[in-house]
Amino acid sequence: MPRKTKKPAAIVPASLDEARLLEMYRQMVLIRRIEEEAAEAYQRGLIGGFLHLYIGEEATAVGSINALRDDDNVVVHYRDHGHALARGCTAREVMAELMGKATGLSKGKGGSMHMAKRDCRLWGGYAIVAAQLSLAAGIALADQYVGEDRVTICYFGDGATNNGYFHESLNLSAVWKLPVIWVCENNNYGMGTRVDRASAVTEMYRKACAYDIPTEQVDGQNVLDVFEATQRAAEHVRSGNGPYFIEARTYRYRGHSMGDPERYRSKEEVEEWLKNDPIRRFASILHTLGIDQERLDAIHAEVEEEVQDAVRFAEESPEPPLEALYEDVYANPPAGDPFIL
Amino acid sequence: MAQMTYRDAVRRALIEEMERDERVFIMGEEVGVWGGTFAVTRGMYDMFGEKRVRDTPISELVIAGAAVGAAMNGLRPVAEIMTFNFALLSLDAMINHAAKVRYMFGGQFECPMVLRTTSGWGQLSATHSQTFENYVAHVPGLKVIMPGTPADAYGLLKAAIRDPDPVIFIEHTHLYRVRGEVPDEEFLLPIGQSNIKREGRDVTIVAYSRMLHEALKAADELAKEGIECEVVDIPTLRPLDLRPVVQSFKKTYRAVLATEQWLGYGVDAEIAAQIYEHAFDYLDAPIKRVTAPPVPLPYNKHLELAAMPDKEDIKRAVLEVLR
Repeated sequence: MPRKTKKPAAIVPASLDEARLLEMYRQMVLIRRIEEEAAEAYQRGLIGGFLHLYIGEEATAVGSINALRDDDNVVVHYRDHGHALARGCTAREVMAELMGKATGLSKGKGGSMHMAKRDCRLWGGYAIVAAQLSLAAGIALADQYVGEDRVTICYFGDGATNNGYFHESLNLSAVWKLPVIWVCENNNYGMGTRVDRASAVTEMYRKACAYDIPTEQVDGQNVLDVFEATQRAAEHVRSGNGPYFIEARTYRYRGHSMGDPERYRSKEEVEEWLKNDPIRRFASILHTLGIDQERLDAIHAEVEEEVQDAVRFAEESPEPPLEALYEDVYANPPAGDPFIL
Repeated sequence: MAQMTYRDAVRRALIEEMERDERVFIMGEEVGVWGGTFAVTRGMYDMFGEKRVRDTPISELVIAGAAVGAAMNGLRPVAEIMTFNFALLSLDAMINHAAKVRYMFGGQFECPMVLRTTSGWGQLSATHSQTFENYVAHVPGLKVIMPGTPADAYGLLKAAIRDPDPVIFIEHTHLYRVRGEVPDEEFLLPIGQSNIKREGRDVTIVAYSRMLHEALKAADELAKEGIECEVVDIPTLRPLDLRPVVQSFKKTYRAVLATEQWLGYGVDAEIAAQIYEHAFDYLDAPIKRVTAPPVPLPYNKHLELAAMPDKEDIKRAVLEVLR
């Protein structure tokens, strides 16, 4: 039975103690600062290719990933640094991957769009829009097949919902009752095309209704709302009821990628969303719980050290050796035989 | 040793591998209740149940993509796409994902899956009669197998299912009823091995899949005229084993390359380039290609037969390189 629930703004969920709340705050600040430093490093020429920043959307990754178990599966799109950090990848290994170093998460072969860490069951960031939904369906299928009660959470943007992969994957997940939480990060734009110019419906949960997948829309700028929604979703999915769909309404403060002239939106619009900054909002919730600004300042200072250390580590790390070019194409490569193509 | 059809050889390999390994399962359009469009999975739904023989929606993107994900997370999926024409929709999953997840994430993941599909034609008109093995054989990270005989289909499919890397396994619809000897004892064949199927001293014919049979028929008929053709089968297109091709060419100095591909940018072109690079000094005549003409295949039987290459085209080509 499809449903859409809109919960009022949260009182703090019982499952979150103070230490956990502060940890979530730390993760959001870490993501923000890593992204700012990445932009800086990009300007300095230390990061190449495309760089898509998650600034402004931190509450969505942090709220949802913190509602999962450590052995659940995480599958992400190409704007993936935030999810990697929330999932427990270190600032060092994320920054090193951004700089293409051998010490990076993917040994420098993936870069910004392809963060993955097997030990964290972070199955990777994927850069063909919406393709990751099909992989997530398969990852979830494997767990269902062997009787594991893990859930798979899969992130995608509003732009992905117009693609065939999206519809085929949602449909299959519902037909096979796959243990997937679909999370649409609706940030209003697919690159520079505003959602209403690309999608016949602008509220993405309605697309989940078409497949009878239970769904809700949450304020993606409120980390606690996202957390609670994901908890509900995880409980539903883990109990064998099939998939669940969350639409998180969010906004990216920076361009689609570095060098985006942002002709498609007004300064006023960005400023309006900046008033709703997820980190400031979370800070004020924490204040109402009696956590004073000094303790938050201490977190900022700690994160600052971590970020500077990560940048230093990444800059000093070695490039991958030239032999790495030929490694990991196959499990057993045909070792330089000129008669094997 | 039993005589067995190509269809039954494929089916036997699937059944044995599913009995051997719980992680192996089949998914695709009409593989279950229907019993397979080409009856390859006939009876397997009843044998293994709907968990392991899974009917899917007509959704080629997610069939292949979900196979990639399931393989990454520990299963051994055998995904079936009815024909390669439809598998064009699966190419993103295969090329951008199956072939990349090991490399792009620095060796953290593997993708041990098989995508089974078919090549073939028979008055099906332009969008149901195409062969695209060169599209996927071009891609590092994929393995591509196109077996010509029942024994090869059996031994190579078993090897493909056990392989740690993604394999695209292309059967030919014209071969399903072809019979051949398949040993009763279980066996696997190595992926990436080309084989001399008939020895000869005058001309090397390189072929695979249906064209292997056309090549052998042509060689039989030419033998009656005193022309001895050596036929080299390349059942694995990637990784491609060139050694028997080059060795044979160094013996015969002449080659005919036979495929069902359109002329232009095909497997035949790659083989020709490899022969030139490895054995230029042995060349006694220009290498001759036997292919389909570069036109969409028409419905009309008369036109279709005129387009698709067969033993007569191969015989003509052999006589030309001997001239």
